[in-house]
Amino acid sequence: MNRPGLASACAAMLRRDLTLAWRRRGDIAMPVLYALIVTMLFPFALGPEDTLLQRIAGGVVLVTVLLAMLLALDAMFASDIEDGSLEQLVLAPQPLALMLGMKILAHWLATALPLIVIAPLMAAMLHLPGAVIPVLLLALALATPLLSLLGAVLVALTAGTRRSGMLLALMLLPLCVPAVIFAAGAVAAAQQGLPWFAPVAWLAAALVLAVVLAPLACAAALRIALDA
Amino acid sequence: MTAAPAAMPLLEARALSFHRQDEPVFAPLDFQLCEGELALVEGDNGSGKTTLLRMLAGLLHIGAGELHWRGEPLQRDRCAGEILFLGHQLGLKADLSPRENLHIAAGLHGCRDGASVASVLARIGLRGYEDEPVRRLSAGQKKRAALARLLLLPASLWLLDEPYANLDRIGIALVNELLEAHTDAGGAAMVTSHGTVSFHGGEPRRIRMHD
Repeated sequence: MNRPGLASACAAMLRRDLTLAWRRRGDIAMPVLYALIVTMLFPFALGPEDTLLQRIAGGVVLVTVLLAMLLALDAMFASDIEDGSLEQLVLAPQPLALMLGMKILAHWLATALPLIVIAPLMAAMLHLPGAVIPVLLLALALATPLLSLLGAVLVALTAGTRRSGMLLALMLLPLCVPAVIFAAGAVAAAQQGLPWFAPVAWLAAALVLAVVLAPLACAAALRIALDA
Repeated sequence: MTAAPAAMPLLEARALSFHRQDEPVFAPLDFQLCEGELALVEGDNGSGKTTLLRMLAGLLHIGAGELHWRGEPLQRDRCAGEILFLGHQLGLKADLSPRENLHIAAGLHGCRDGASVASVLARIGLRGYEDEPVRRLSAGQKKRAALARLLLLPASLWLLDEPYANLDRIGIALVNELLEAHTDAGGAAMVTSHGTVSFHGGEPRRIRMHD
């Protein structure tokens, strides 16, 4: 017998979750539509006044993307717990934290990446200056995986409970406040022509920390959830 | 390999028990399982058969007592991948086909020598359904797709929770054949079942759950 190496196990896991996401394309489209509709409604509600929209554009796009991600967060481990795939994953001779890391990566690719792709469109609808859009994308590229990782820990913690959705939102909101502050700070600084690197660096530091710790926390929480 | 296989049981439980909210789920159990042996876990509904199997698989913590693996206190990282658990939840993704499901399992566990996904699916009786989403298979076919893991993945101990459920007569015979081939090859298996089970090749060891 031959045990597969870490790399091929990771690849199998990633391919599995991406295939599953592709089979349920409608679920991917939902957050994207939600984000587009919310952004579209802002100019109607506030009036097409350029200066006002420009001032709020960065914040609106960030908050909309983060809220759209919340919609899909709940489902991260739910189906795997339901059909017993998680049991099989826990018993597989592979490090659980790494496999869960792959699941989180697949989830980010399926939910956050489409949102980042349409972010320039959303920003343009709110008249965000073109020069600021790269900073916005950079901030999103760092803030969304951070939210996915923090969210995954909370989803794992609430895995055993019924109707965990509301609990999840309540627990996650305080955790995403720093991410929103730093990401919006970077965009606002870029808009005013100030140096924007420091808040982005803080986001990156938080992301590095989360990449290392969140999968470990997820693994521990899911083991506890199954042990009942 | 200095020790004789008979002297070293694959799995040994000493006064093993499990408590749920301070209520014992089953009375302390003592049993040994050697290579090439088959154990039948018997008991009424709610007597703790599934709990025992989940505990042996490592999904539940050990309540009280000791569990030894090849003579040493059981450590999960040492026997990871040697134990294959098949529970009530089959661990199949409904949106994927049996072939894709098996490829994932093989990607995580590795393959037995000489086993391939295609040959295993043909052997288990899913020829023609390899690429059908599991969602559209019948309950018995889903069970077969899950049982195909037994043929594909390398493991020395099988823990099968109700492997006969939903299977037709041919499927039941197939499970018995698989068990026989596995024990003949030096593997061990623990099986829970209500129904009458007939094995060729000797009487299986019986573990009686009483409460």
